[in-house]
Amino acid sequence: MNNDEIRANLLKRSRASRNERFGKLISGACITIIIAVVVSIFYFVASKGLATFFEDKVNLWKFLTGTIWNPSAKDAQGNPQVGALPMIVGSFSVTFLAAIIATPFAIGAAVFMTEISPRLGKKVLQPVIELLVGIPSVVYGFIGLSVVVPFVRHTFGGSGFGILSGTFVLFVMILPTVTSMTVDALKSVPRAYREASLALGATRWQTIYKVVLRASTSGIITAVVFGMSRAFGEALAVQMVIGNAMLLPQNLISPASTLTSVLTMGMGNSVMGSLSNNALWSLALLLLIMPLIFNILIRWIGKKGAMR
Amino acid sequence: MTPRKWDKIATFVLYMISIFIIFVLAFLLLYILISGLPNVSWHFITSKSSSFQAGGGIGVQLFNSVYLLVLAMIISVPLSLGAGIWLSEYAPKNWITSLIRNAIEILSSLPSVVVGLFGFLVFSINMKFGFSILSGALALTVFNLPLLTRKVEDSLQAIHYTQREAGYALGLSRWETVIHVVVPAALPGIITGMILGMGRIFGEAAALIYTAGQSSPSLDFSNWNPLYIASPLNPMRSAETLAVHIWKINSEGIIPDATQVSAASSAVLVLFVLLLNFLARYVGNRLYARLTGVKERN
Amino acid sequence: MKTYDSEDRYIKDLDDGKREIALSTDDIHVSYGTHEAIHGVSLAFERFKITALIGASGSGKSTYLRSLNRMNDNIAGTKVTGKIMYRGLDVNSNEVDVYEMRKHIGMVFQQPNPFAKSIYDNITFALQRHGEKRKDVLDETVETTLKQAGLWEQVKDDLHQSALALSGGQAQRLCIARAIAMKPDILLLDEPAAVLDPISTATLEETLMELKERYTIIIVTHNMQQAGRISDYTAFFHLGNALEYDETRKIFTRPKIQATEDYVSGHFG
Ligand SMILES: Nc1ncnc2c1ncn2[C@@H]1O[C@H](COP(=O)(O)OP(=O)(O)O)[C@@H](O)[C@H]1O
Ligand SMILES: [Mg+2]
Repeated sequence: MNNDEIRANLLKRSRASRNERFGKLISGACITIIIAVVVSIFYFVASKGLATFFEDKVNLWKFLTGTIWNPSAKDAQGNPQVGALPMIVGSFSVTFLAAIIATPFAIGAAVFMTEISPRLGKKVLQPVIELLVGIPSVVYGFIGLSVVVPFVRHTFGGSGFGILSGTFVLFVMILPTVTSMTVDALKSVPRAYREASLALGATRWQTIYKVVLRASTSGIITAVVFGMSRAFGEALAVQMVIGNAMLLPQNLISPASTLTSVLTMGMGNSVMGSLSNNALWSLALLLLIMPLIFNILIRWIGKKGAMR
Repeated sequence: MTPRKWDKIATFVLYMISIFIIFVLAFLLLYILISGLPNVSWHFITSKSSSFQAGGGIGVQLFNSVYLLVLAMIISVPLSLGAGIWLSEYAPKNWITSLIRNAIEILSSLPSVVVGLFGFLVFSINMKFGFSILSGALALTVFNLPLLTRKVEDSLQAIHYTQREAGYALGLSRWETVIHVVVPAALPGIITGMILGMGRIFGEAAALIYTAGQSSPSLDFSNWNPLYIASPLNPMRSAETLAVHIWKINSEGIIPDATQVSAASSAVLVLFVLLLNFLARYVGNRLYARLTGVKERN
Repeated sequence: MKTYDSEDRYIKDLDDGKREIALSTDDIHVSYGTHEAIHGVSLAFERFKITALIGASGSGKSTYLRSLNRMNDNIAGTKVTGKIMYRGLDVNSNEVDVYEMRKHIGMVFQQPNPFAKSIYDNITFALQRHGEKRKDVLDETVETTLKQAGLWEQVKDDLHQSALALSGGQAQRLCIARAIAMKPDILLLDEPAAVLDPISTATLEETLMELKERYTIIIVTHNMQQAGRISDYTAFFHLGNALEYDETRKIFTRPKIQATEDYVSGHFG
C-alpha cells in the first residue's frame, strides 16, 4: 500500500467503526427493553392496583386495616368489604417466623463453612445448599402438603394447614439463600481480625462470637432481610399449605392466607375491571412494593455497616 | 464454665446444624425419589394426563415445559447477552447507569407471582395473546432476564482488561472484541449461569398459572406445523407445564391418585433440575479446560 | 527526592529534513480526570529506528506511549490534547479513523495478553476480522511472524493448542507476532520484558533488533542497560515531561541535563 492509499483509508469510516456503531445500538436496545419491562411492570400493576382507591373509592386505611375480605358483597353501610389485614398479617407472620427460625441455622452453617471446616464446607455443604436452592417451589409445596401438614396436624392438632406449616416450608426454602449470603458476609471479614484475636489467646468460638460475627453483623442482617423478601413473595408453596382461609389468623395452626395465596387463588375467578378484581391488583401492588422496601432496607443496612 | 468448654460446645452445635441441613436435603431428595420413582414409568412420562380418573401421565406437560423452556431461552439469551455486554462494556459511569442497575436488581427481586400477573395483564389481556405458550414464554423471559443479565455482566467483568486492550490494539472495535474475545473467554461462566437459569425456569409455576394457563388443548402429535391449531408447537395454544400440573392437582384434588402423580411428577422435575445442575458444573469446567488448555478449575 | 528544573530541557529536533520521520507529537497533554499526567511532550521518531522511553516509574512513559495509538480513549475520563502526526495526518483528531490507525500503529503490553484461543487463532483472528480469508496467506503469516518473533521452532507442532499454556516469555513473543501480523508501520512496546527472565529478555531483544529492519519501534523500558543495548534514540521522562531526547549514545555518555545524568548514573532521587 502506498502513502496515499493509507491516508485515504485512515480518513474513511472503517469497517470496525461501523461494527462498533452496530454493537452499541444492539446492546443499547437490549438494555432498553429490560428497562421498559421494569417500567411497565410498575406502570401496569400500579394503574390497576390504584384503581381500587381512585375509581372504586375504597379508603386506603380501611383497605389496610379491614379484616373482612369479601369484595363481591357490600357491608351494612354499603361499603365494599375489602379488608386486606388477614392476608397482610398472614404474609408477615410466615415471613418473620421463617426468618427467625432460619437465621440461627444459617449463621451456624455459615460459621461452620467459613471458620470450622472450610474443606467440608466447600466439598459438602456448598453443593448441598446449591441443590436446595434448585428445588422448585411446587416441590416444596408438595412435600409441605404431604409431610409438614400431617406432621403439624398430629403434633399440634387442627387441620395441619396454617401459618405454622407455611413457616416450616418457607424456613427450608430461604435457608440456603440466607446461608450463602451469610457465608459471603463472613468471608469478607479480614483474616487479620481473626489472627489478632487468636493471637491474644481467645478460643476459636470467642473469636467467632466476639470478632467475626460482630464485624459482619450488617452483612448477616442483609442476608436475613433478603431471605425475608424471598419468603414474602413466595406464592405456590405457601398457598398449598396455609389453608387459604381469609380470616384474621387467631393461632398458628388454623387456616390462614397470604397476599400471594389469595392472588393465585383469586385472579382467575374475577372479572377484569370489577371491584373484586381491582382489589386483587391492589394486593399485587402491595407485593410489588414490599421488595422495594426490603431493598431499601438492605441498602440502608449496608450503608450503616460501611460507616462503622 | 471455661472458655475452652464453650468452644467445644459451640463446635458441637455447629456440626449439628450442618448435619441437620445435609439431613434436610437428603430427606427431601429421598422422599421425592422414593415416593415418586416407583410411579414413574415410560407410560407415565409419555401418556396424556387424565382429568378425573387415576392412571394419567404427564407426557403433554413434560413437552410443554420443555417447549416453554426452549422458547424462553431463545428470547432471553440474546437479550441478556446484549444487556450484559452493555452494562459491562459500554455503560458510562453516571447516575443513569446506576439507576439502570437498580432497576434490574429490583426486577430480580420481584416475586414471580407478580411477574406472572404482569404477564397476564400485558401479554394475555392487553396484547391479546391469551393463555398461551407465547405469553408464558414472555413471562418466563421477564422472570429470567435480570439474573441472566447479571450473570453475563459478572462473567464479562471477570475477564481481565488486558484481553480487551489486546483486541483494541489490533484495530478491532470494542463490539467485535467483546463478541469474539471476551465472550468466548467468559463462556464457562455464562453457560453455567444459563443452565442454572434453565433449571429455575423449568421449575417455575407461579409465573405461568395466568400466562401459559392451567390446561392444554388436545394435541395432534402428528402435525408439527406451528401454524396448525392443534400442533404441539402452536405458540398460541395454552399449555400446562409439569410444575403447574403439580400445583394444580394438589390444590384441586380431583383425580384420585393426585399424591402418586404429584410425587412422580416431582421426582421427574427434581431429577431434571439436578441434571441441569450437574450439567452446569460439567459443561462449565469442560469449556474452561478447552479454552485454556488447563485441566482443573479452582 | 531531588527536584529538577523541568524547564531545563534538551529535545533534539529530528524533524530537520535529514531523515524520515515515522511519527511525531506536538505538545501532547494527557489528563486522567483532573490530574494531568503529561504536560506537553513534543518528540519526533525516526523511521526504522528503535526509540527508548526511560524514566522513573510514574513519570508518564506509559501514558505517553498509549496516547500514540489512542489507547487511552478507552479509559473513561481521559483527555488527550495536542497533535500526533502520522503520514501527514493528525491521528489525535476525529477525522482519522481510530481502528484503521491502530492497524498501522500496533502495540505490545507489559503483561503478555494472548487471547484464550489457539496459538494459530491468536495470530490470524484479527486478520480474519479485517477481511483476510485466504488460508494460504494466513498459514504463511503465522509461520513468518512466529519466526520473526523467535517462537516458531518451539510451537510449530502445537499451533492449535491453547495459547494460555505458553510460558511468560513465549506468550510475550506470541503477542509480538500477533502485532506484526497486522503489518504495522510502527510498533509500540510498553516494558515488554518486565515480566520475563533474563534469557527470554535476551531473545526478545534480539527479536527487536531484527524487527527494526522493517518497523519503527518505540519501547518503554526502565531497564537502562536494555535501552543502551537496543535503542538508537532515548527520551528521558520526568514527572510528565520529556526532559531530554537525543541519540542513545549521547544520553548515556554525555547527557546535557542534570536530571538525565543522575538518572542514567543511578544517582536519581
Ligand atoms: N488509568 C489511570 N487513571 C488515573 N491516573 C493514571 C492512570 N494511569 C496512570 N495514571 C497516573 O499517571 C501518571 C503516569 O503514569 P504512567 O504513565 O503509568 O507512568 P510510567 O509508565 O512512567 O510508570 C502517574 O501519576 C499515574 O498515577
Ligand atoms: Mg508504565
